[in-house]
Amino acid sequence: MVNVNVQGKKYPATAPYLVGREKVREFAHAVKSNSPTNFDVFAAQAAGYTDVVAPPTFAVVIQERSLATVLADPEADIDFSRVVHGDQRFIHARPIVAGDELTSQLEVASVKTLGAHSMVTFETKIYDAKNDLVCTAISTLVVRGDE
Amino acid sequence: MTIKFDDLVVGQEVGKLEFLLTRDSLVRYAGASGDFNSIHYRDDVAESVGLPGVLAHGMLTMGAAVQVAVNWVGDAGRIADYQVRFTKPVVVHPTQGAVLVVTGKIGALDAEARTARVDLAAVFNDTAVLGKAQAVVRF
Repeated sequence: MVNVNVQGKKYPATAPYLVGREKVREFAHAVKSNSPTNFDVFAAQAAGYTDVVAPPTFAVVIQERSLATVLADPEADIDFSRVVHGDQRFIHARPIVAGDELTSQLEVASVKTLGAHSMVTFETKIYDAKNDLVCTAISTLVVRGDE
Repeated sequence: MTIKFDDLVVGQEVGKLEFLLTRDSLVRYAGASGDFNSIHYRDDVAESVGLPGVLAHGMLTMGAAVQVAVNWVGDAGRIADYQVRFTKPVVVHPTQGAVLVVTGKIGALDAEARTARVDLAAVFNDTAVLGKAQAVVRF
């Protein structure tokens, strides 16, 4: 059972993550993209970006770094082996591009209890080096309890 | 071919893609994303936690499905908002893999914001595996 008292808890910002061009290509390949702006610098620049654009779900890589701090927090008491991903959303103020240096700040938006199960919603705000918001990632995990 | 926002209509189909997810796809996604949960590549671990087999990462299904909208608009940077619910697992057979069929159609248009919401349907084994899969495309 997840500790309901962590609702509203904010976790410290993660160390900056530098988005590499090859990492973007690797991730794009893994999600089976063949979009030129994911791979080709010239295509990305022709579309108005400074470098290759990350796929719409790439922000999960940053979200995971924040999530790791929560899973390691004894106060939250989340048993990762019982976790199922319930839903996920990415709201982009602008796309992530190679060269971005991103930090993330996670807040536990809600903790709900459904019988033996818990549903925890995390809101992770991802900022660039100028501290402008790039993406808000919202993730709900279902933590299965004892039946 | 440039798509004109004013030509779009709700209900219009935007595309269909078929993805073969193999165990190789899962290992590649694990490496690219950093999600090394072993239920995505080890049959014994999947079985020990009561799963019907090795499952595709939900985030792989989510990431592949949106390519229908990305290909349609021709630029991965124009997906302003994308959400899904994970409703059913995708079990990936060790030799045959799993075939995921994704179709997209326009679910809503916002003339003021100049955005089109693409509603995605992702089907594996005749079953929808994503719920409320919506990608908002910026024009």
